Amino acid sequence: MSSGEYGSLRVVRAGPLALVVDNGRYGVRHLGVTQGGAADWFSFHWANWLLGNALDAAALEIVIGGGLELEAQADATLALMGADLDAQLDDRSLLPGASFEVRAGQRLVFRQPRNGLRAYLAVPGGFSVPKVLGSRSATPREQLGGQHGDGRTLMVGDSLEWHGRSSGSRGLPFEPATSLSLSGNYLALVPGAQIGHFSGASLSRAFNLPWQVDDRADRMGVRLVGPRLVCRLGSMISEGIPLGAVQVPPDGQPIVLLNDRQTIGGYPRLGALTPLAVARLSQCLPGREVRLVATAREQALQVHRRCLAALQ
Amino acid sequence: MDALMVRLFDTIDETNMGWIVAADKQLRQVFAEDLIDLVPSYTTLMVHYDALRLSHAEALQRIEQVLESLQPTDTRQGRRHEVPVWYDPSVGPELTRVAQQAGIAEEDVVKRHCSRDYYVFALGFAPGYGFMGLVHEALATPRLKTPRRRVAAGSVGIAERQTAIYPLLSPGGWNILGRTTFPLFEYALRGEPLLRPGDRVRFQPISREEFVAQGGDTTPLEAAP
Repeated sequence: MSSGEYGSLRVVRAGPLALVVDNGRYGVRHLGVTQGGAADWFSFHWANWLLGNALDAAALEIVIGGGLELEAQADATLALMGADLDAQLDDRSLLPGASFEVRAGQRLVFRQPRNGLRAYLAVPGGFSVPKVLGSRSATPREQLGGQHGDGRTLMVGDSLEWHGRSSGSRGLPFEPATSLSLSGNYLALVPGAQIGHFSGASLSRAFNLPWQVDDRADRMGVRLVGPRLVCRLGSMISEGIPLGAVQVPPDGQPIVLLNDRQTIGGYPRLGALTPLAVARLSQCLPGREVRLVATAREQALQVHRRCLAALQ
Repeated sequence: MDALMVRLFDTIDETNMGWIVAADKQLRQVFAEDLIDLVPSYTTLMVHYDALRLSHAEALQRIEQVLESLQPTDTRQGRRHEVPVWYDPSVGPELTRVAQQAGIAEEDVVKRHCSRDYYVFALGFAPGYGFMGLVHEALATPRLKTPRRRVAAGSVGIAERQTAIYPLLSPGGWNILGRTTFPLFEYALRGEPLLRPGDRVRFQPISREEFVAQGGDTTPLEAAP
């Protein structure tokens, strides 16, 4: 890697939610610290791949868009992946799934979701923000990470810098619209945890009827609305919660726990979504219909290995 | 897909902690580099292992290996913390509620809250946040019906028979009795939590003057919604 390439983006308008992310924080959950990191890890990795970056280089997760405006302070090659947020570079439309050139002074605007919810913007070598507890990811609730180290989301006037250099931009080996985290409405779930305590009728409904993604959704969890699930287990003692856990509170409507979930919790769970299903759910807008489909642990692992192998 | 739950007990008990602490230490040793995260709680330990390096069967085998020869750690020899708390209705608005439902005076709530050592059962909810217990039965008070949107850092609260300190400004539904300068968040940031499962904690009442001298923030906490 040659040194000395420096660039930055200045935040001209902050949209509803944009934050610096990487793979997330690991080895710290026993401290009560959440995982964090890119919710759609699949798109995040491909965004970095497009630039030839390390796959976990810090990028920007842009949720909804909503008018986020960034001004390039230097000429650079950047990459966009994930949701189509009707982005524009000055007056040119910008689609996800490719790298692109910006010149100093040009402005990038993210408007409204046309497909998916979260876009990932990668920069040469990744954003150079300080690591906190091993990660650059911002987790606002915990006041950790991000551009100031204190979990803040993007604010007007912020300067997002990089000091790296890309090893060269590449073309995506598949159609962006067919990206696995943006297409399909099946969410693969590895059964486990307290699934044996749910009534037979509830399990039949859970896996045979459609679920609607609720607007009560954030990086902690996404509520699904549909048939009421009944669990015979009364109260539970809080225990560790894995990524993608499908927990069912007493109202019978599941909440799928994502990257910024609490570390322990006490609602019964059906099991956990696979990593790819988590990425897919994180791209779903409220109102979207999804279906849960049970999968074996080994099968889930095979799919995951294939996803990672494609990035090599 | 890559997490296993080690379930040691069915109920919350202070005698669990020696076993949980011992299992935590040994699981870390046998999983070593293949461990991504280990999350102990009241009765369980969640092992998040690297499924790209270790098969499910191998992971199970390592867990069995630990459980076969597990002996509890003597937590009486563990760390004990004295936590100074300024108990006052301005920063602890539920002092009154807890006193009322217990049928005792506010100062007796403070006395009882400070009358015993609490075990740290689990960390969670926020960086450095420790779930502690068990508080005197008379003080057991259900969570607020509607959680506060903002509970100040250092707030000391109880929910049912548990007690805890909020490490940082966050939403929360516990009954707040007072405030401390005990630096939970600062230590969690360094990766060395002040409170660890199995530690014991004793609260000590201090005056407003002492609290201020320790750098405490006396901004009143908003009343419950």
